[in-house]
Amino acid sequence: MSTELWLGGALVAAFVLYALFGGADFGGGVWDLLASGPRKTEQRALIAKALGPVWEVNHVWLIIGVVILFSAFPRAFAALSVALHVPLTLLLLGIVFRGTAFTFRTYDARGDAVQRRWGLVFSVASVLSPALLGMCVGAVVSGDIRVQGLAVVSGFFSAWLSPFALAVGALALCLFAFLAAVYLTAETRELGLQEDFRKRALGAGVAVFLAALGVLVLAREGAPRVWEGLTGSPFALVLHAATAVAAVLAFGLLLARRFWPARVAAAAQVGLIVAGWAASQYPYLVVPDFTLQGSAASVATQRALLVALAVGAALIIPSLLFLLRVFQTAPGEATRR
Amino acid sequence: MDLLYARAQMGLSLAFHIVFAAAGIALPLLMVLSDLKARRTGDADYAVLSRKLAKGTAILFAVGAVSGTVLSFELGLLWPAFMGTYGEVIGLPFALEGTAFFTEAVFLGIYLYGRERIPAGLHLFSGVMVALSGAASAFFVTLVNVFMNDPSGFTLTAGGPVNVDPVAAMFSPGWRHQTAHTLLACYQASAFAMAGIHAFVLLRHPGAAFHRKALSIALPLACLSALLQPLVGHQSAEHVARAQPLKLAAAEGLFQTQRGAGLSIGGLPDMETGTMRYALEIPKGLSLMAFMDPNAEVKGLDAFPRDEWPPVPKVHVAFQVMVGTGGAMALLAVVTLFLRWRRKAWPEDRRVLWGWLLCGPLGVVAMEAGWLVTEWGRQPWIIRGVMRTGEAVTPVPNLAVPFWTFTLVYLFLGAMVVFLMVRQVAGTLPGHEPPAGEVAHEH
Repeated sequence: MSTELWLGGALVAAFVLYALFGGADFGGGVWDLLASGPRKTEQRALIAKALGPVWEVNHVWLIIGVVILFSAFPRAFAALSVALHVPLTLLLLGIVFRGTAFTFRTYDARGDAVQRRWGLVFSVASVLSPALLGMCVGAVVSGDIRVQGLAVVSGFFSAWLSPFALAVGALALCLFAFLAAVYLTAETRELGLQEDFRKRALGAGVAVFLAALGVLVLAREGAPRVWEGLTGSPFALVLHAATAVAAVLAFGLLLARRFWPARVAAAAQVGLIVAGWAASQYPYLVVPDFTLQGSAASVATQRALLVALAVGAALIIPSLLFLLRVFQTAPGEATRR
Repeated sequence: MDLLYARAQMGLSLAFHIVFAAAGIALPLLMVLSDLKARRTGDADYAVLSRKLAKGTAILFAVGAVSGTVLSFELGLLWPAFMGTYGEVIGLPFALEGTAFFTEAVFLGIYLYGRERIPAGLHLFSGVMVALSGAASAFFVTLVNVFMNDPSGFTLTAGGPVNVDPVAAMFSPGWRHQTAHTLLACYQASAFAMAGIHAFVLLRHPGAAFHRKALSIALPLACLSALLQPLVGHQSAEHVARAQPLKLAAAEGLFQTQRGAGLSIGGLPDMETGTMRYALEIPKGLSLMAFMDPNAEVKGLDAFPRDEWPPVPKVHVAFQVMVGTGGAMALLAVVTLFLRWRRKAWPEDRRVLWGWLLCGPLGVVAMEAGWLVTEWGRQPWIIRGVMRTGEAVTPVPNLAVPFWTFTLVYLFLGAMVVFLMVRQVAGTLPGHEPPAGEVAHEH
């Protein structure tokens, strides 16, 4: 396998992991905003407890993805930075406010009013960021970003504000909310809270289905090459079949209140959707002007990056597993506090 | 005009980020040191201090992490041609920095939330890992700046870089001096800030036990870094004199190439007349400092084309501020260590405490000034001799909008962090009862 493919794979892996972990954190923020019913306060407390130890780490996957993109595929990174300047800047503001508001809320525990103010900033930013992220992805796959030489010629707005891109934004938001709700059902042993998040997960699951349908319908016009990729190649079809199986499984397990297996199925579903997106646009990095091979850095750089990534993985993966082991509420364990 | 806004936004983001990044490197070390002391002495105050420092680290790290994320995007958002063309040359240290940052985040999570969940030894180990990976990430990211000052590891052609050697690019000439200088600055800035805070409390509440102990944790690191920094800084300057003579000429405000060049202290370069005004000059000082030879020739600004000059007055003033504050801190360290040696205890006279209070902010001032010397001193190049900053800037219009937005956001965040830090310290003042909410949120 060529070095570009390995690095492309690492890029996809970083985005899958960002969706699974960082995405679920965004979803947590969505449910913080939508907390309601008699257990409103407990819902928010559960979200904060689940997020606390891991959110800094979950967020790093995005940085890893960006670093791989700009060091391994620098010209694609430069073009994206120009074409998506506006939504990426807004996304950054969302990330800044989300991260700081969460920390300030945790460490500024003086009164409910202060807590709520930070909580509101945190959750509004959590809603906007995934939608913007999805819109950027939509723009990348749509083929609306056009580059001549090194100059972006498609303007700064149209690509990410197309109906297709907006639909992808909505899908990302629903997907992350769904993931977070499913994760949260297994974060508590309290039946009432489990039911709250089960209901939310089922509702979000329906929303995911509708949004995915919308994306699919709009893809025909909005992202013709991806439409072909989605429906054409046998490899992509297998991925979509697996995604559908995981989705149905996650739904069924939720209905049956089997929360831990549901969590695994939901994670598989989201991971497969991200992988499916990558597979359907392959070999393009930015449709249609940058392919993976065409925008790759020199071979020496690619080799050095692969070594750095391998060393990094050897260091990070064991410590990450340790972190998760320390903080994951095991199936049988009673919740603390 | 857009170039100016882009530079201002990048500068603002970096100036803001540097403070938090430095704290993210040094506070974990101070936190581990007080944790160790708590274990050795069984003194509860050191344990409380370690927890307070952990909370401080958490707050500062969060702000450092988000502002670092902003920077990683801004590289492309503001300088797409720089990243698009040279991203592959200098991507390796960024990738390693990402790894180090990741490790830091993981172990910080374990350290902050794991106190009651994991064995004590493992907990301490996590703290050590936070301190180490913080230092590693500063090391790697500084290497990128070294490259921008003195690029290597590729062959320049009209079509861009060829024969790329990412390892050679990562270790461009002068990497030892600049990374050591930067790392020390991080420790120095944080230790002086911490010492200043506790000196302030001790002036108002003389003898407060907790704050005496806190000062005893901060002072050794502060004194050590303040004494080492002038030596490392001098070596760094020697390297700059040889590798980037134009930067040295600007920093010193030396307009004419000359043998036996004098060292200007203070003063303001007059760009109209090409002379230095109001400066105190030490004869032959510059030749001696830069080349270990009182009669060595030092290149002046006149040796370089006018359109490659950096903004001379700015570079000069920033350099003077860095050297001046560095000197003041070193002096205070000498006095403090002398008194410590005479009395076998860290001095607590009001005059020494006032000294520490006044020098508390100087570490941060020196760090920002030193960074400005590097960055302004490299202009008009984004990569010296290879790519001009103006060629690298994004074609996106209306850059004033993101600039003012981020300015307001950073002002707000800065104010918030100060407010939270003041509250953290206020909780330790003598006679203070912690509010109910604080106890509920102990981890």
